[in-house]
This record gives sequence, structure tokens and C-alpha cells, in this order.
Amino acid sequence: MTIECDGKVIEYNKPIDIYRLMEQLSINREVYLPMVNDRLVTEDYRAEKGDSVKFIKVVSGG
Amino acid sequence: MKCRVCGEPAVISLKAYSTALCAPHFISFLEKRTLNTINKYRLIENGEKPIVAVSGGKDSLSVWFMLNKLGYAADGVYINLGIENYSDISLAKIEKMADLLMKKVYSFDIKRLSDKGIDGLAKVLKRVPCSACGMIKRYVMNRVCIEYGYTTLVTGHNIDDEASALFGNVLYWKEEYLGKKNVVLEARHGHLSKKVKPFFLCSERDIAAYAILNNIDYIREECPFSVGAKTLIYKDMLNRLEQLSPGTKIQFVKGYLKSFIKNRQEDIKNTENFCSKCGYPTYGSICNMCRVLERLNIGEGHICFDEYDPSVLDTTERLMT
Repeated sequence: MTIECDGKVIEYNKPIDIYRLMEQLSINREVYLPMVNDRLVTEDYRAEKGDSVKFIKVVSGG
Repeated sequence: MKCRVCGEPAVISLKAYSTALCAPHFISFLEKRTLNTINKYRLIENGEKPIVAVSGGKDSLSVWFMLNKLGYAADGVYINLGIENYSDISLAKIEKMADLLMKKVYSFDIKRLSDKGIDGLAKVLKRVPCSACGMIKRYVMNRVCIEYGYTTLVTGHNIDDEASALFGNVLYWKEEYLGKKNVVLEARHGHLSKKVKPFFLCSERDIAAYAILNNIDYIREECPFSVGAKTLIYKDMLNRLEQLSPGTKIQFVKGYLKSFIKNRQEDIKNTENFCSKCGYPTYGSICNMCRVLERLNIGEGHICFDEYDPSVLDTTERLMT
């Protein structure tokens, strides 16, 4: 599967729960929304091989 | 996770409310929450004519979209800051939304003041770009209301914006700013329009989800001048707290509204003067914007707006844009 966050793309081979992935990548759930194959998902969603996972940053402003 | 309402697969979990919702029920939840804020704080009352300050970001486009969906017909106002590879993209997204809503957009181009955009103007004024931008936005947004008869200026400020500003003001005990933040700032003396924040109690995360679920095409790039801004540092700290203890931000902001703000509003009213040139509120005799115009040797006539009105574009023109 491909994982995209802040413009960086990485490959991951095994199925994994989104919350585990967020822990591994140190992603704060308040700052990013997880999307799998362009659809919003909850953190317990299990991403499978071939999925496209994106973390959308939600924080803005200066 | 399953949707708490219908049992279908959820698309978002809301830790602060210990719940998860599917797309239709989440959209309905956020709209109801916003409507409750509008009604509770009397943000938009019968006979008022609202206009939304739009930037092209998720918050302003979502509040514009939602208000019109909920039956509050609102036009938009945009300030083109002349930032390369950013401002024109923002404007394109705003016009796209205007086409969808069939609503008018007034835009003010900062190049009317400085041909080098906000960066150049900030240098001339010896301010940082965010400070110059804030000052000009406040003035111009108010100006469009007064000039075109809009009673109520709507902004997309959310609970994260409010919590981070409050956090910064408490951290440095900026007493002069504490008490100024509110869900609604009433119109005063015919020179200052009413300002309202329907998303005051909605989180940035929820608004981003709302934008995505409604296919709202917003600008995801950050303003290049916001890099390293203190607001973003405060937001980061508050989000760490929120992750460890869900509900922290809402308690912080609601606590402020309940216990602090009532005591401060009268103080603020008593300390304000009005600009001798344009009538805008100021602490001195002339407001900051009039000082800027004086310094640039520019007349007030330069503060004027371009209008984009999808209702007068013919079908061919709309298809081409």
C-alpha cells in the first residue's frame, strides 16, 4: 500500500490498522484525518495491500 | 467503528463526544451544532444581511456553503493578498464555490495599495506580513459591509483558532486582549458591522471532514507567511493535550465564555475612540488604516471592490471558466 503524509509517500507491505500506522508515524489524530482510497475512515479501519492511505492535515492559520 | 445513530460504517470518530458517525449523520451533527450556535448567540437574526469573509480555505468555504444550505443567503468577500502561487488559486476556488451557490463575491486586491502585494506592503509599513494582513483585512471586510449594506460579517473562525488565541493571551497575560474574543461582536455607531463566528464551537478537524464529505474544493496549501507562526505552535500544544485528554479545547473555550467574558465587555466599550477620518474604532485619534493610506499617499478611493456575480454570467461564459 502507499501511505502519503505531508507530501511524502512511503510504501508498506502488510495489512495494518490505521491507528497503529498513526502511532508508528507519530501522527496526532487531532491534526490529521485518515483517508483510504479517497474516503474518510475511522482509526480502527484496517488498511490492506493495494490501498492508498492519505493523512490530510487539518490545521491552518497563522 | 459503527455510526452511533444508524449502525452503518462510521467515517469519523469524535473522541470529545465518545462517538463515531457515518457521513450523513456527521454532516447533520455539524450543521445542527452550528445552527445551535447561531440561535443561542443570535448570530444572524431576521432581516439581517450576512456576508462571509472567504479565503479559499476549508473553514470559510465550509461556513459559506453551510449557511446557504441552512437558508441564510450570504454573499462573499475576499482580499487578494497578491501572494504568488497562492492568492490566485484561492480566488479560483472561491469563484468555483460562488458558481455553485450562485452568490456574489466582492474582492479587494491589495495591489491597489502596493504593487508588490502584502509582502511589499508589510516592508513599507515595517510590520510582519501577518500583522499588516490582519489590520487590512479587519478594515476592508468592515468597509464592504458598510458600503454595500451587509449587516453581518461572518468568519470561519473555529474552536482551535479561539483556543490558541486565548492560550497565547493567557500565557503572556495580555489583559487588553482578554475578553475581546466572542462568538458575536455587535455592530456599533454605524461604522462597525456586526461580526459573527458560527464555527466558534466546531473543531478544525470536524470542519475539514465536513469539507471533504461535501466535496468542497478548498486550498490545502498553507499561506507561505504562516510558517513558524506562534498560533501554530499553540495549536500544536493544544492538540497534544486534546489527544491525551479529549474535550480539553472545548472546555477551555466554553469556560472562557461562561466565566470571563461577561466581566470584560463593558471595559472594552469604555476605552474605545473612533477615527476622526473614517469613524472606524481606534485607540488613538486616527485608525491604523488611515495612517497607512496617509503614509502611502493614497486616497480612500483606492479601497474599492471588484464584483464577481455568477448570476449575470451566461452559460457559455460559466462553462469556459
